[in-house]
Amino acid sequence: MATTSKPSVSSIFPITVILLAVVVAWYGLTVYLNAPGAIERVLDALSPWTWQDLVNATLNMQRPVLPAPHQVAADLWTSLVDWPLDSPRNLLYHVAVTGESTLVGFAMGTALGLVLSICIVHSRTLDRALLPWVVASQSVPVLAIAPIVLVILGSMGFSGVAPKAVIAMYLCFFPVTVAMVQGLRSPQVIETEMMHTYAASRWQALWMLRLPAALPFLFPALRVGIAAGLVGAMVAELPTGAQAGLGARLLTGSYYGQTIQIWSALVMSALLGLTLTGIVATIETLVLGNRRQA
Amino acid sequence: MTQSNSHPTGSSGLMTAGLVLGSLALAFVFLGSSLASNETPKDVLFWSAAAGLSFLAVWGIRRLAAIEGHAAFASLTATVFGLWIVYFWQLLTVALDVPRVLLPAPWLIMQSLWEHVPTLTRDFFQTVVKAVVTGWVLGCSLGFGVALAIDRLPFLQRGLLPIASLTSTIPLVGVAPIAVMWFGFDWQSKAAVVVLMTFFPMLVSTLAGLQASNRLERELMHSYAANYGRTLWSLRLPSAVPFLFSALKVNATLALIGAIVAEFFGSPTSGLGFRISTEATRMNMPLVWAAVVVSAVTGSLVYAILVAWERRIAFWHPSIRGQR
Amino acid sequence: MTQSPLLSQASTVPAVQVTQASLIYNPLQAPVHALADIDLSIAPGEFVSLIGPSGCGKTTLLRVIADLEHITSGSVLVNGVSPHEARLARAYGYVFQAPALFPWRTVLGNVKLPLQIQGRSSAECDAIARQHIERVGLSGFETKYPWQLSGGMQQRASIARALSFEPRILMMDEPFGALDEITRDRLNEQLQQLWQRERRTVVFVTHSIAEAVYLSTRIVVMSPRPGRIVRVIESTLPDERHLGLRDSPEFVALAHAVREALADGHDE
Repeated sequence: MATTSKPSVSSIFPITVILLAVVVAWYGLTVYLNAPGAIERVLDALSPWTWQDLVNATLNMQRPVLPAPHQVAADLWTSLVDWPLDSPRNLLYHVAVTGESTLVGFAMGTALGLVLSICIVHSRTLDRALLPWVVASQSVPVLAIAPIVLVILGSMGFSGVAPKAVIAMYLCFFPVTVAMVQGLRSPQVIETEMMHTYAASRWQALWMLRLPAALPFLFPALRVGIAAGLVGAMVAELPTGAQAGLGARLLTGSYYGQTIQIWSALVMSALLGLTLTGIVATIETLVLGNRRQA
Repeated sequence: MTQSNSHPTGSSGLMTAGLVLGSLALAFVFLGSSLASNETPKDVLFWSAAAGLSFLAVWGIRRLAAIEGHAAFASLTATVFGLWIVYFWQLLTVALDVPRVLLPAPWLIMQSLWEHVPTLTRDFFQTVVKAVVTGWVLGCSLGFGVALAIDRLPFLQRGLLPIASLTSTIPLVGVAPIAVMWFGFDWQSKAAVVVLMTFFPMLVSTLAGLQASNRLERELMHSYAANYGRTLWSLRLPSAVPFLFSALKVNATLALIGAIVAEFFGSPTSGLGFRISTEATRMNMPLVWAAVVVSAVTGSLVYAILVAWERRIAFWHPSIRGQR
Repeated sequence: MTQSPLLSQASTVPAVQVTQASLIYNPLQAPVHALADIDLSIAPGEFVSLIGPSGCGKTTLLRVIADLEHITSGSVLVNGVSPHEARLARAYGYVFQAPALFPWRTVLGNVKLPLQIQGRSSAECDAIARQHIERVGLSGFETKYPWQLSGGMQQRASIARALSFEPRILMMDEPFGALDEITRDRLNEQLQQLWQRERRTVVFVTHSIAEAVYLSTRIVVMSPRPGRIVRVIESTLPDERHLGLRDSPEFVALAHAVREALADGHDE
């Protein structure tokens, strides 16, 4: 799939225009969706109300169907600023909890994927017996196994970061393995033959040719992997009684009808996802920055 | 540069394959025999037989993997590997008396599958037929349509594309409760989640596909005084087909995941995701696994159908031609 | 010209000795005789060109000597040992048709590659690599990346890399084929001068008659189906050569002889 071009100076104007359009549409939708509820619960049925009253009411409801942008922003702000960092009332606390599981799982999944891909490329048996299953797993909803993993780990006594990290791990593992196998095999025949004429050992060929050649394949998979790992970590927070983490916040919000809480958690998780993929993208630019085909 | 005599071909390959399959058959006979049954205590005889079988399995797979020649041998290796894994899973869960909660034996899963066919069929309809298909069709169409709009209006490309990319950063887990709030518990909210997930990949791939036609061919159309619509229909869309299919395939998996996970958040009393999460809470693991098997088989089948369809429509593309 | 120390060593052992070598692909189903009963002996210090039309086996013969392919019958000895042992002893450098430089390494990094594989110290690799970069005329470009160089410069870098560990034998498979004629001429001249200075054994595969005649001490004309040697032509040109030589009557006569041999090979 093609990567989207990064926004440049000339696109600032169109982006701003579209962004403004989105915000305006959001406000409009807020009024429209909240109106029935507002009319029913907030506005006094007896005394007459104007359109201004209606708009005012819909934009500031306690339990709106769709919170207004300023409500979400205000909630985010209070949660970040008014509470200490280790308090469960502060969203950053939940970000840290989810982020920790994601990163641990991501690290494990990537390491496992790297090791397995190197083994697959060097062993014909593994290549033919195991690789087709790894590739096939990409068309299977792997996330559906999450409850099973949680039950197994729970009954074995694991709780806390471990089960969430395991789920994040196997979500990262599959794309990394497939991409690395492709990347490790990407050197052309002329390059592998050249290493052969230098009497390079398999390890030298791996370290000096295959691994560097595989890096451009690895990074897109890492970006996909870390985003998938985040989703996995959040999904894993659902069944465990939801104590901490962004997924837990979403769940409690939806149980208690706290719409604004849901939206704040949603915005935070999107920001977390952006940050994580942004970090991977930055590392990618640093490592691969100099590269271009000869 | 390996020597050719370590890679048997032709008839010796068939013989090896026959031997390997024969050993599989032997293994299954052993499984059914009294030595492996539940009641007989597991003694030295049993464990040495099991160890012997595992050596046989590894040997067989290595021999199969080494065969050059017909492509069928490659898929046979993978299949035999899978069968051996299932076999040892069954053998060990029974022999070590693994609690059902932890890991049910394959046979139990099959039984559960068989017993719950009506329930699982209903779940399948709820999740796949209603939520996944609707959401996938809608999401892909939306992505396609917006891509066409962006292609027509460069202003939108600079402004809309970066913002649309933000939709791909929102974890689907977050969207599910909101969708439930807006569209209710039933399949519509799940379809909404699927639409959100499939929209952006389709958009990006369609855009890439629309750029795929070569300059030379576009100049040819220009020389025929073909207008935008005609060029789109006769040249650019056909060139885009491989990209469209790649997105359709990825989206099929995303759609299935999206619908199932969205059901973790709440669903009327049916649906594959609902089945998985509620039965997991009840520790009814064989049924959970059965539902997972149904999801996995669905995912693979849908992917295979899309691949077959692609082969028919995009037969001209080098990547498809090369497979023949 | 002082005799290179390479020549005084083991000058009786041929650099390459090919005896009745044959290579048959697909022997059972549809046999292809890539090489048929090739006999060739190359003494140290010679510059031998293999020339012929596509499919005549010249590249195959080179690859056999380099242990990239194996003969089905006959024998091949490099410096008196099998090609496999010669390869492990790093007896030769191989230049491919394409530069095959790693895009993630600078020019210096690329030239250091074989030295690093051999396990030499970092300081040694650096010094030796810089020396060879200078010898092919690429001083100043050590920190550039391959895609920042022109085609001719990339090929020069790949030659520097092949020479960096000072192999006694240099094998080149149409190294200048992808370049334009002007660059090609210049590189031919540089290669000539390099060979005159160092007198390594060179086995050179080419399509170009002018190139073969200009560079070699001996020209081996091959023809296809089956791949075989049609004629071996000894060069009568002096050792010291310059580009102006190409208009001399001797040169034209040699080129004519090669052309005739090629035509003969074609008719058979």
